[in-house]
Order: sequence, then structure tokens, then C-alpha cells
Amino acid sequence: MVELTLPVGEDRVRELCVGDFVELTGHMITGRDAAHKWLVEEYREEVAPYLENTVIYHCGPVVSQHPDGRYDFVAAGPTTSIREEPYQSDVICRYGLRGVIGKGGMGPKTLDGLGRCGAVYLHAVGGAAQVLANAIPRVEKVFMLEEFGVPEALWVIQVERFPVVVSMDSHGGSLHEEVEGASRQRLAQLLGLAG
Amino acid sequence: MADTPNYVETFVELIRRASTQLPDDVRTALSDGRGQELQGSLAERALDTILNNVELAEGGSAPICQDTGTPVVWIHHPVGVSTREIGVAFEEAVQKATRKTYLRPNAVDTLTGRNTGTGAGRGIPFLHFDEWDADRIEVRMLLKGGGSENVGAQYKLPDGRLKAGRDLEGVRRVVLDAVVEAQGKGCAPGVLGVCVGGDRVSAFAESKRQLLRPLRDTNPAAEIAELERRIYDEANGLGIGPMGFGGATTLLGVKIGVLDRLPACYFVTVSYMCWADRKAAVSIDRGGQVRWLN
Repeated sequence: MVELTLPVGEDRVRELCVGDFVELTGHMITGRDAAHKWLVEEYREEVAPYLENTVIYHCGPVVSQHPDGRYDFVAAGPTTSIREEPYQSDVICRYGLRGVIGKGGMGPKTLDGLGRCGAVYLHAVGGAAQVLANAIPRVEKVFMLEEFGVPEALWVIQVERFPVVVSMDSHGGSLHEEVEGASRQRLAQLLGLAG
Repeated sequence: MADTPNYVETFVELIRRASTQLPDDVRTALSDGRGQELQGSLAERALDTILNNVELAEGGSAPICQDTGTPVVWIHHPVGVSTREIGVAFEEAVQKATRKTYLRPNAVDTLTGRNTGTGAGRGIPFLHFDEWDADRIEVRMLLKGGGSENVGAQYKLPDGRLKAGRDLEGVRRVVLDAVVEAQGKGCAPGVLGVCVGGDRVSAFAESKRQLLRPLRDTNPAAEIAELERRIYDEANGLGIGPMGFGGATTLLGVKIGVLDRLPACYFVTVSYMCWADRKAAVSIDRGGQVRWLN
């Protein structure tokens, strides 16, 4: 088990390899479909400091608000990451992200960005919204809540021992490529389509 | 009905149950899957996290998954019951359940990109009504998340790429292809609801209705039961595993329904339900007495 404190430096992230279990503590930010499109449309000064040397979490939480205005994450598992494939490597490299948390893995363009700019893809367990919300003790700030709505807003959060697995690393390794390749081969055999 | 029962409160409770309590058949299938995985593997750890999460959600009466999905609802009702009244009550229940955070505000205006904020929107929730002879209303609901919805597929047979003709062997071939295309993206281990035949609309509806079946039931049509078993076994041998991490547990169940078709069409329609196979059902008797069906 690797314990990582956010923000984190590039060297430390480059040490990580596919299959490593990691627990994250510190600050991160959520962002999904609307956020990624918005982040690449132009450089967003106001959010940039919350992305540099930390990770973006593909998550659309269920959120409750206290009478004093504070927010709490009620449920907060990962969403499917592949939809951000057109944007992700640009967001990583332009904003200096060190990682992406999501589920289902990402494609070759993102894998290339991880290698070029020094970042990792971290897989959280999809649907595990309570386990993961319990690792998010505090919501600190929110961007674009009015415009994007609760699931799509960019939430700045504090996490404590947030559990993930490295499934794509900065050395070109991808668990998703491996599993997909093997399962396609198996299917071809089953259906007599090989060769 | 003589006295209008309090539909709204009953439907809010139905939604709460579905969102926070995973049915026993699904829990059993997940535990059985865990027993199949190698000790210390990513697959085993993922299933441990999932089972732990299911307990936490029930204990805290909080959503199992933050994507609380689209409520997909089948309502059977006696003669003379206003379906419009039930529909209005259900929409109100969705809004109330959203305020109580049993549901996430999950309806987005497709043109403006704005979230309606209430949980309800055009086409959400989606209700199917059927009249029947029984003297009670029965409501069966799925909460179906977007990740799994995105990996659903509709094939047209014949399919040259997969060498799939217009027969059950063709069905087997395309359904296995759908499992490989989905990988872990629909939150494996999932459940497949399949419709063979129908048109593009009726087939997707039927494929989702199949998901209401208990995981361990047996299809009354012997050849379809055999096909369900075979696809289940073969899909679990593909090595995709929980979350697509690799492993033995790729599917928790395969449920296949059949509709008649036009001579020109042969659709095979696959709806993928994530491991958080959230389903709940309630019966409301004349006079408003409520009985929970799972």
C-alpha cells in the first residue's frame, strides 16, 4: 500500500506502476463531462491552482447542504472515464495534473499524456459511493455549481486515505489494454473468428 | 379506487429502498462471485469493497451509488384507476426523494445543459402502465445508472463481422460481443437484460423489463433457459472480471425475453445493469394498504 499526500510532485508519481494500491490524503477536485469541455475551451485561471500537482476525480456526487451553507458529499463514487478521452491529456498537460481518478480506464491518447506530462490513472471501485464518500471528510469550495448543476460542478474536496488502484501509469502500462486484449482473443476463439 | 392512497409517500419509500438497499439475490450473487476470485487479487478486493459499500448504504440509508440513475417503472393497475394521477404522484415522489438525497438531481436539459435540479425532466421518470384483473396496484422499479446505460447495444442480424445469423446461435454471438465491448465500463459484474425480436422501441423496453426477474430464476422456455446459462458461463470465462480488473466474475446473470418481429427485422437488444442492480417493488391494495415485495 502506497500512501500519497496531495499535492504531489512529478517524480513521486512516476514511481507508481500498474497494480499499486494507493491511499490518497489531501486536496483534490472533481470534474466530469461539462468540466472537461470547459477546461479545454480556454485556460481557467481561477481553477488552475486547484488542479496543479493534484488529481481530478471523475465524480458526480450526491450532495447535501447544511443550514449554515456548508456542503457534504452524501454519495461519491467514480463515473465512467472514457467520455473524457478527447480532453483528458490536454487537461493533464495544461494544468499540471498528477493524476486522474475514475472508473473503466481510458484510451491511448490519455495514456500518452500520462507518459509525457508525468501522471497516473487511478481506478476507484465503481458504485462504491458510501465507502468513497466516507473518505471525503470535507467539501471546501465549488466552481460552476449554478451553470453545471450538482453532478457536473467542480468540487474542491479534502480526502483522507481515499482508496484507489493504479491501472494506467506513466510508463505506458495499462491494465485495461491487457484485459481488453485478452478478452477479445478469448471471444475470437469462442466464436471461431480467430485469424 | 374508493379512497385515494397516499401514493407520493409510498413511492418515496420505494425509491429510498431501491437506492439504499441492494436486493438479496444480488448480494448473494456478489458474495458467490467473491468466492470465485483469487486471494489477494484486484478482483477480490473490488468485490470486498462492493460488499462493504452495500452494508454501509443500508446502515446509513444513503445511496449505494451516487449515480442514482433513471427510475424505470412498470405499473400494473386495476380497471378504473387513473394512470395520470399515479404519474403525477410518481413525479412528485421523484422530486421529494431528490430533496431527501435518496436520488441525485439527475435530469439535464439536453439543449441548454442545465440540470433541472429537481430530479424530474422530460421523459424522466419513465413509466410503463398495464391494466390487469387484480384488484391492486403493483409497482416495480429499477434505478438504472448512466454508465451501464451507455454500454447497452442493439444488434441487427445478420451481422457479418460476428458471423451471426438469424437464430439463437446468432443471438449468442452478438450478446457475447456486447459483453466484450462493455469491458468494465458498465460497472461489472453486471446483469444482462436481452430482448430477441421486437422493434427498436419495444425491444429496449423488454430488455429492461427482463432485469426485474430474480437472478436465480429459470426461464420457462427451455431453449432460452439453456441459452441464458451458456452465455452466462461463457461470458464469465472471458476474464474481464469486476470493474474490468480481470477475474472470474464478469456477469451476475443473463435474462432473455422474446418478442415477435417484422419479417425484415431481427434485433437483438442488450441492456446492461451494473452490479448495483437496484430494484424494488410494492403492492398497494384497494384502500391503500401497502405491501413491500422485496
